[in-house]
Amino acid sequence: MAPSYENLPIDDDEFDEEEIDFSDLQEQYEVRLEEGLDAFVVVDGLPVVPEDNRQKLIKFLLRKLNTVGKVKEDGVFMPLNEKNMTEGFAFVEYGAANEAVAAVKALHGTPLDKKHTMAVNKLTDIDRYGREGRIDEEYTPPTIEPFQQKEHLRSWLGDIEARDQMAMYRGDKVGVFWNEKEDPPESVVDRENWTEFFVQWSPLGTFLTSIHAQGVQLWGGKAWSRQKRFAHPGVNLVDFSPSEKYITTWSHRPLQVDENHPVPSLSLEDDGKNYVIWDIATGKPLRSFATIDVPSATVDEQGNPVKKKMQWPTFKWSADDKYVARMTQGQSISVYELPKMNLLDKQSIKIEGVMDFEWAPATPRRDGIKTYEQLFCYWTPELGSNPAKVGLMSIPSKEIVRTRNLFNVSDAKLHWQSEAAYVCVKVDRHSKSKKSLATNLEIFRVREKGVPVEVVDSIKDTVINFAWEPKGNRFVLITTGEIPAASAVPPKTAVSFFCPEKAKGGVVGNFRHIRTVDKKNSNAIYWSPKGRFVIVATLQSQQSFDLDFWDLSFEKPKDEKEDKDKELTANLQLMATADHYGVTDIEWDPTGRYVATVASAFRHHMENGYHLYDFRGTLLREEHIDRFKQLLWRPRPPTLLSKEEQAEIRKNLRNYSRLFDEQDLAKKNTANRQVVEQRRRLLEEWQAWREQMREMLAEEGYEEPVDADGVAGADGDVEEVEEIVEEIIEETEEVVS
Amino acid sequence: MRPILLSGHERALTQVKYNSDGDIIFSVSKDHVVCAWFSHNGERLGTYHGHQGALWTVDVDPTSTLLATGGADNTMRLWEVKTGKLLKTWDFATSIKRVEFSPDGRQLLGVTEKRSGHLSTIVIYEIEPDVDAEQTNEQSLRIVCDESKATVAGFSYLSKFIIAGHEDGTVSQYDAKTGELLLNITVHEDDMQVTDLQWSPDRTYFITASKDKTAKLISTNDLEVLKSYSTDTPLNSAAITPVKDYVILGGGQAAMDVTTTSARQGKFEARFYHKIFMEEIGRVRGHFGPLNYVAVHPKGTGYCSGGEDGYVRVHHFDKPYFDFMYEVEREQANL
Repeated sequence: MAPSYENLPIDDDEFDEEEIDFSDLQEQYEVRLEEGLDAFVVVDGLPVVPEDNRQKLIKFLLRKLNTVGKVKEDGVFMPLNEKNMTEGFAFVEYGAANEAVAAVKALHGTPLDKKHTMAVNKLTDIDRYGREGRIDEEYTPPTIEPFQQKEHLRSWLGDIEARDQMAMYRGDKVGVFWNEKEDPPESVVDRENWTEFFVQWSPLGTFLTSIHAQGVQLWGGKAWSRQKRFAHPGVNLVDFSPSEKYITTWSHRPLQVDENHPVPSLSLEDDGKNYVIWDIATGKPLRSFATIDVPSATVDEQGNPVKKKMQWPTFKWSADDKYVARMTQGQSISVYELPKMNLLDKQSIKIEGVMDFEWAPATPRRDGIKTYEQLFCYWTPELGSNPAKVGLMSIPSKEIVRTRNLFNVSDAKLHWQSEAAYVCVKVDRHSKSKKSLATNLEIFRVREKGVPVEVVDSIKDTVINFAWEPKGNRFVLITTGEIPAASAVPPKTAVSFFCPEKAKGGVVGNFRHIRTVDKKNSNAIYWSPKGRFVIVATLQSQQSFDLDFWDLSFEKPKDEKEDKDKELTANLQLMATADHYGVTDIEWDPTGRYVATVASAFRHHMENGYHLYDFRGTLLREEHIDRFKQLLWRPRPPTLLSKEEQAEIRKNLRNYSRLFDEQDLAKKNTANRQVVEQRRRLLEEWQAWREQMREMLAEEGYEEPVDADGVAGADGDVEEVEEIVEEIIEETEEVVS
Repeated sequence: MRPILLSGHERALTQVKYNSDGDIIFSVSKDHVVCAWFSHNGERLGTYHGHQGALWTVDVDPTSTLLATGGADNTMRLWEVKTGKLLKTWDFATSIKRVEFSPDGRQLLGVTEKRSGHLSTIVIYEIEPDVDAEQTNEQSLRIVCDESKATVAGFSYLSKFIIAGHEDGTVSQYDAKTGELLLNITVHEDDMQVTDLQWSPDRTYFITASKDKTAKLISTNDLEVLKSYSTDTPLNSAAITPVKDYVILGGGQAAMDVTTTSARQGKFEARFYHKIFMEEIGRVRGHFGPLNYVAVHPKGTGYCSGGEDGYVRVHHFDKPYFDFMYEVEREQANL
């Protein structure tokens, strides 16, 4: 019961305030009075000199001390001991407290000569921390916690059936499940209120991230115990570095850290910041940043208010976690080195007008470049008479590897291929009249000598989506015609497939158009993470919910080979189409075997749930779950097998698949047998119960006026109705004369 | 299974019933009119006029001579089926939510609504099965439901018990002679109204439908839940099919809860479940409003559904419906 006035203990009167030991509280909340000593500093580590040399030393010292402020007249007091020698320290009074603070900051640790280094501290601090009893006279080494075995964070990879896990967030529950294809997923863990906003996997699948009002928590291991906690009140978004070493947390509200609002592991310096970059291994913050407010137009040309779009992630990671960079739009890119989080070469890279940049998603392997480098691509718009530019910059050398000038640019998007072999710059160009838009694709072949650029400019319409094949060199794009103003119907779109020509000598040929499928509504492209298969879908639409499953390396039956597409490195085939009402998200499993389509309650409340397809587009399972929010496959770290071992497996695929088929069949048979057994049992139980009921009825004297369970009525009751229908076919009247 | 659409009502259907031969369908609606239809072709046989308010319920006696109706005009009425003549009107303080004849047709049960200081009651009258006889004004039994109001009720086999479903998700068993409460068991989720109660042919078990999105098969003697059928939408009605071991469930998002008018969204489908295995077998679409009642032909050859959309859809089952069998059922059939 909450204490109220009525049920307060009566014997309070006997309570003696004197007895309470307040000392711990007093210590903790001790108020630092303005003692007038704030302008004092203590300088330590001075040479010990006789009285005669004291003035000389003070004079020497003053030269140093006056660099940061004005020392008061006779403001240096250097006491003597009984031998008339100085003690090696001095008290210094500055004109103002802030000068004293500046002196501590600037002069602490500055060397006087080879032997002596100054230690400058505030007098109040010495009093505060160095008072008697506060410091242990004897040195006690810090105790090292005994090593504790942690749970294996990657145990899920050892699943004997090599199944994949998925996290599902529905209602207030978050659970992790094994994918069981057609059958209901097998639960691994399921917890009520595990997260407050959403869940997210770390990029290698080690941690499941839950987001709370107080901060972010990472979960993992077999027992799904808490692995790490990062306190960031009001956190909105999180972003991991690619190798899971660091995590960025962001809140739209600046952090408030002060004496009244202490936040664990954050200090006063983090007050007012929006971003915190943390080291996952230690759980400590590395550095925090405030949002850069770029003054930009709040209304567009027509006078409509512009919604400010936030770029996320704001801090972009290089492929190997060595660098993280942030752009100040229109001005510069700041590259920070990890783990110290210092600005590379102590200054931001000035790039006038920079609009966007992207790191290469893998460590690039450029032709003839042996030294370590990371690349990023950026673009700048037309500035005055200067053309728009796309550039590739190498880090840490900051050398610009390649630039390309562009004209009439209204917007550009940067698309790296997953292995950093290409970067495609999708350039939206306007005509002179600025009325119509067309798109050029400028493809930088990063791995080839001199980074040649290939231009695909055969596209008349605006490209609304573009995606590279992961680990491949084919791509899909979606174009749309002019958007008719004030029309409720979204314009039809066209899906185009591209691939390189076949070329001799293992080089990648020029990119050629394979096929365009038009009169579609599609707006989204989802490649299988292993390449080859791609889903082109219509998401977030009110009218259509198509999913098209394409195969780009379809193997035709041998007898109907066509010679037409021989020079292309692709053979396009539509494998299946499906329809998932209200689909909002599409998630491929990390192996590219299965794909889940989700109708999330984050977007709408119609038929929330998921569908599970295999890569060919066969529907395996559908489930409707009220308030279904997220389905996320657990990512897998890259394989540890060498190229040779992988090739070996691919060679013997036939043998393996036979084995797997047998296993699947056996599993299915046992499952089927169980189901049949269960049904047989139910049926027998039911029949026994019915028999019991019939006996009971007979005892009660019940005759069956209505035949029990509808067995066809007694034959005698059947009444035969004969109906004679006469139909006049023709009627003729003859006059008999 | 091409349905016959009966479009004679102007407002939402509230109950549809087959007579014991299954050749006539009676339907009541909020438009104050009772209709009788031939079930085999959907032709209208006639209407019964007289009620002054929305009708909630209808029932026909086993010999198809008398028809009972109840509605929001606070009356329960007895009609002659053949002529449409009003034989008797009983007046109440509140509306009548459910009427049902006893299996022998000699008793009539009515469930009254709880409103303005009046508690919900279950009343029973002795009925003279002769159209010319004077019907009594005397209630032979009156059960007051003071715990939670009764929404549905009916007679068990041999009129031994009266079983009632309540607003709070419970089902109770009363002695049909004394009105004594014998059992009261929570079968549905708390405070999820029992919306329908329909009998198996021999009335040893029954099915209840509820707003908690489930239907339950319950034994009459001990109110034990034998089977449970869960769906994804609030249910308004549930029926047991003779011949085949199926149940038919009807419901859908209530019109006031539906934000969009998409028929797909509202789940306005009749759902067929296997009675014993509790697995969904199929769905029948067609209504564009929630299904308020489903009734099965007493010979198990068809069913009809009445919807909030004002239509009655009459379906005659096809051959595949009768042929469908689970493997274990076929095994037994072949024994």
